[in-house]
Amino acid sequence: MRRASLWLPFAIFVIFFGVVTYGLIKPSDHVITSKMIGKPLPQFALQPAHDGQAGLTNGAFSGGQPRLLNIFASWCIPCIAEAPVLMQLKSMGVEIDAIAIRDKPEDVARFLERNGNPYTRIGSDTVGKVQISLGSSGVPETFVIDGKGIIRHQHIGDIRADDIPEIMQALEAAK
Amino acid sequence: MIAEAGLGLLWIAAALAIMQLGLGWVAVARGRDEQISGVRAIAVAQGILVTLSFLALILLFLRSDMSVALVAANSHSAKPWLYKFAGTWGNHEGSMLLWVTILGAAGSAVALFERSLKASTLIATLAAQAALSIGFYAFLLFSSNPFTRLVPAPADGQGLNPLLQDPGLAFHPPTLYFGYVGMSVAFSFAVGALVTRDVDPAFARAMRPWVLGAWIFLTLGITAGSYWAYYELGWGGWWFWDPVENASLMPWLATTALLHSVTVLATRDGLRAWTVMLAVVAFSMSMVGTFLVRSGILTSVHSFAVDPTRGSFLLALLAIYIGGAMTLFALRIGTVREGSQFDLVSREGALVVNNLLLSAILGIVFVGTLYPLGVEAVTGEKLSVGPPYFNATAGPITLFLVLVMIAGPLMRWRRDRLAVVVQRLAIPILAIAVALLVLVLVSPDIGILPFMGLLLAGGVALGSLAPLWGRNLRRTPLFTWGMVVAHFGVAVSLAGMASETGFIKEVLIASNVGESHRVGPYDVKFAGLDPVAGPNWTALEATLEARRGNGEPLILKPQSRMFSNPPTETNEAAIRTVLDGQLYLVLGKQEPSGRWQLRMWWKPFVTLIWLGGGMIAFGGFLALVGRFRRDRLSGRGRAIA
Repeated sequence: MRRASLWLPFAIFVIFFGVVTYGLIKPSDHVITSKMIGKPLPQFALQPAHDGQAGLTNGAFSGGQPRLLNIFASWCIPCIAEAPVLMQLKSMGVEIDAIAIRDKPEDVARFLERNGNPYTRIGSDTVGKVQISLGSSGVPETFVIDGKGIIRHQHIGDIRADDIPEIMQALEAAK
Repeated sequence: MIAEAGLGLLWIAAALAIMQLGLGWVAVARGRDEQISGVRAIAVAQGILVTLSFLALILLFLRSDMSVALVAANSHSAKPWLYKFAGTWGNHEGSMLLWVTILGAAGSAVALFERSLKASTLIATLAAQAALSIGFYAFLLFSSNPFTRLVPAPADGQGLNPLLQDPGLAFHPPTLYFGYVGMSVAFSFAVGALVTRDVDPAFARAMRPWVLGAWIFLTLGITAGSYWAYYELGWGGWWFWDPVENASLMPWLATTALLHSVTVLATRDGLRAWTVMLAVVAFSMSMVGTFLVRSGILTSVHSFAVDPTRGSFLLALLAIYIGGAMTLFALRIGTVREGSQFDLVSREGALVVNNLLLSAILGIVFVGTLYPLGVEAVTGEKLSVGPPYFNATAGPITLFLVLVMIAGPLMRWRRDRLAVVVQRLAIPILAIAVALLVLVLVSPDIGILPFMGLLLAGGVALGSLAPLWGRNLRRTPLFTWGMVVAHFGVAVSLAGMASETGFIKEVLIASNVGESHRVGPYDVKFAGLDPVAGPNWTALEATLEARRGNGEPLILKPQSRMFSNPPTETNEAAIRTVLDGQLYLVLGKQEPSGRWQLRMWWKPFVTLIWLGGGMIAFGGFLALVGRFRRDRLSGRGRAIA
């Protein structure tokens, strides 16, 4: 018994080693993913956030073609970095709708003027309520919505040039 | 040229470490004690070379040599020189070089100054220290070379994480590293003693100053880290049970236990196996801590260098060193003779209980830190273990530990009578009773933990002074003073924690300029909001006037800072310390309504927490000086005889 107990520290270490090895081999992604993936968009109807462009309702996503729903804000720095990539996606024929979070129309206008406007429709979510109902935790964030209004994919953080293939693939899969 | 020289020095130092291990191995295996001078000389040379290599890296940072990848990635020519300097270790490669430098320098110090240990044990110790260094040299040279050149060299660097641009944090990591690596020496001593089967009081006396020194640095590091998190992160708390905090708490707990058991071994020749085990565990915890922080496998609010490949390398080192040492322990400790025996009611008995309780807390923190990872490995579910778990489990044991702390120093070595001990405990018990009465009268509903904390703080304060009772204070040895000061420091810290937890006042409001709000004894007026600019940031600065009664107002200016390089936002809390506590104000975001979020705390006696931490470390320092002085005196005595 006494001899066996001498190996106890070693045994504890072996367990520790096993656990952390697992943690290293399969690193967790540390990202809060939306529980909404695979579910239809929640009901919402947002006022336009930008003069001359339509507002956004969940009904707008049942047109049969997959499209992106981008969540952004004029006050968000990574959104500026993301803007040219969204423009590129648009030029590749991707339709993008947007929700502006806690924004004012004049700020949104200035942001779009400076960084380009890749959006078809922009809804204004002044209190972030729709954002929460989508299971989104920050800006920017982008959802891939299929032609029936079902959320198929979530991209957290800004979309960079390297992420374009991933987004295109998700759009293709949502067809 | 400097970078190449630094790299060259690193290679030579690594080669010397291999020689140190090889020669030491041969000497121990063949029983050739006369090899000691050779091993010593190599250890000293290795320490000097690796230190020069680290100095070369410092020089590169100070000169903002952007042709070195590490400098370009972590520094900026516009940075104040202090942060260029601190930037040397404010990154993964630099901090690993710092680590191996301290490892080498500590080995040199052992080689130069250790005279009381048996030659064979000393050789084995130096060989073990070299074995540790070799792993880290390999790590640096093959996976994280700090001297890699960058072609073409960029015009300017990317800057240092702004959270780290703080004088406190600039020196926080080296402080902790001195502690961690100091434990490496204790570890090498333990391995050396296991190899030569020489676990005896002489070994404990040789190891003790290293344990004490490492413990002082760990204590300072944790105290400073706690204060840094408190004022820099703007959350207003002093301990978050964050994995990174736990990473330094765990070695501290093990080292504290070791510090007490090594004293038993050095003076009473008891607890042999325990002491060796704790030396191995304490350093293991240092490495586990470094690993957890560096590999990024745990999610933390402040884990900096996150990289799984480096994690695997560190994990391999962990497996070799800790797994190896624990195997050696299991194989060898059975052949180590039992030390002398003692009764349960005795100073040794109290120290054993202290050891067990500290180990229990260590186990709780260890499990709590790794539990989420384990659960994810088994079930795939993500969860986090927060302060409620730690407070509920570690809190009561800590209070019990404090109780033992009151009784321990009042007991005799070897054997004591319970009745007499109780008699000696009369004064602390009386103090607790009085404190109980006062608290019931003053504030009956502050919660059980802070309540007990305040009670025990009073008891510890008196109990810690008790060993001075009836002594000639000028003739009391310095290390006894050290114990008294350190234990009193625990009382001070405990009082601060309990008072802050029990009496804190917190207000979170949205306010327009011009409005006033009440927090604790203060009326705080939001007097203004202005943009300000610093060397590499811009900020919004609120001006707040805090008035207590009819006194002069205190002006506090919390800021919300924007750094451009890299883009990061930080909150600079405004903290004002007064005699009986701290006022802590944070400027938050602007709400859509145009009002500003303000977070205000009144924290009575919160500063006692860090004052106590400082006292604990200072007590350790006194004990260390006391030991050295006594050794020198006895050494001189021997010389005369």
